Amino acid sequence: MTVPAVVLFAVFHTFPALQGIFYSFTNWDGLSLTYDFVGLKNYYYLFQDENVWHSYLFTFQFAIVSTVLVNVLSLAIAIGLNEKIKFKNFFRAVYFLPNVLSVLIVGYIFNYLFANVLPLWGEKLGIEALSTNILGSEKWAWVGIVIVAVWQACAFNTILYLAGLQTVPSELYEASSLDGASKWQNFRHITFPMIAPFFTINMVLAMKNFLMVFDQVVALTGGGPGRATESISLHIYNGGFQGGEFAYQSANSVIYFIVIMAVSIAQIKFLQKREVDM
Amino acid sequence: MAKKTNWVATLLIAVGALFILFPLYMAVSIALKTPEELADSVLSLPVGMHVENFAKAIKATNFFQAFQNSAFITVTTVVLTIITNSMVAYAIARNMHRKFFKFLYYYFVSALFIPFPIIMLPIVKQTSAFGMNNPSGLVFLYVVYGIAFNIFIYVGYIRSIPKELEEAAIMDGCSAWGVFWRVVFPLMAPINATVAILTCLWAWNDFLLPLIVLSDQSDMTLPLVQYVFQSKFGTDYNLAFASYLMALSPMIIVYLFAQKWIIGGVTRGAIK
Repeated sequence: MTVPAVVLFAVFHTFPALQGIFYSFTNWDGLSLTYDFVGLKNYYYLFQDENVWHSYLFTFQFAIVSTVLVNVLSLAIAIGLNEKIKFKNFFRAVYFLPNVLSVLIVGYIFNYLFANVLPLWGEKLGIEALSTNILGSEKWAWVGIVIVAVWQACAFNTILYLAGLQTVPSELYEASSLDGASKWQNFRHITFPMIAPFFTINMVLAMKNFLMVFDQVVALTGGGPGRATESISLHIYNGGFQGGEFAYQSANSVIYFIVIMAVSIAQIKFLQKREVDM
Repeated sequence: MAKKTNWVATLLIAVGALFILFPLYMAVSIALKTPEELADSVLSLPVGMHVENFAKAIKATNFFQAFQNSAFITVTTVVLTIITNSMVAYAIARNMHRKFFKFLYYYFVSALFIPFPIIMLPIVKQTSAFGMNNPSGLVFLYVVYGIAFNIFIYVGYIRSIPKELEEAAIMDGCSAWGVFWRVVFPLMAPINATVAILTCLWAWNDFLLPLIVLSDQSDMTLPLVQYVFQSKFGTDYNLAFASYLMALSPMIIVYLFAQKWIIGGVTRGAIK
């Protein structure tokens, strides 16, 4: 059973990955029967391609803002859900619900909200910032994507934080309440250090997922207006499948792979060091 | 120590829950309205039940066909994943002391870090060359790609199962095959449930892989159908939302019934 699994995995995962790396050194358009080796040319052009730079810039801006927001919000929600509150199970179920929904369809629902509902309210309430569709604005469309991504990603991260909070022994709080610690002190000196490993997992997972953002962008803006919200994966998809840039986008995905690896490893190194210190 | 209900937290959580529920309420109410009602007010409760939106959406998107495709893909993926991935994981977990299996473990797990776009372009060429650009091919890819993550969580779990039971079964003359199916597999029930849930959510909601692999319109899955028909819906939002709701509802229904397991499963799956 193991041998066929390894073979299949190698054929359908490792081999295509190596192929992708191989094509990145050629000039293949994905259709022609012949192609030439061009060495590092694709990589050289990538670094001068403004659209590529732009997609990286947008993706990182989006991923950093979303990662921070998701972690702050999920931690807050998890602490709330961990308190002694009414209808606890009901609320847990509600907060986790977005995780079972299709990202694409959630994107479409929010698309309508941004395009038709919010502008209407903006006009009625006389708030100018709301009265136009933010997805149509080159400057603000990314905020719309952040909102949708955060709305959905919080579900998963909240559950992880909740699991983390349940590992904190309650004796610690009892001891600190004898010492007269405030709520904030409790959080700062007990809760947060105790759930440090969960914080690491959540930060790394969230960042990695947001750097790969695709469905949300397709459903909300399609990469527009112009190319304002074209994420890296969408750029690779568009260029590779529709733009005849098969080899060129292969090179882009190799860079993309290196970037994601580097970011994840840097995060893990940095955050784990923090865990030990506390 | 009996604590009092924390009303401040309850209130904050309730307000937060409104943000979660509001877009869903909006989706349901739009799906049940006529265009005129929608023009009057977006948020008011629908007056009648305009189920004709659903009937129209079913026709426009060929809903039953897409539902059948999604259901076929999801169910077969889950079943095959559980059967095959658990066996592979068992073999690896029980042989970790051997170099070859240790290598395999790291080989599979390291694949988790490879972003999809790097294999996206070649895999399309490969699947169409092998004639796998159809639902069965997609199932195959899900089962194979799932290995990376599933090995990771299965192996962690299997190593916590004591070996003595298996040894006893072997003493009683059980074959390796028998040991796995009669002893180990039943013991793996909780982790199988976790893998089943995560795989199910993945296969049902995935958009990118079906988008690039499936070539025939009659093979499309539910999310893909929404994407393709987006332009056809035009400004008929009632129709579009009826269609979205129908695509979302199967997972919502599953969630309502299996909520506890799903939340537990996700926690177990992600922490290991």
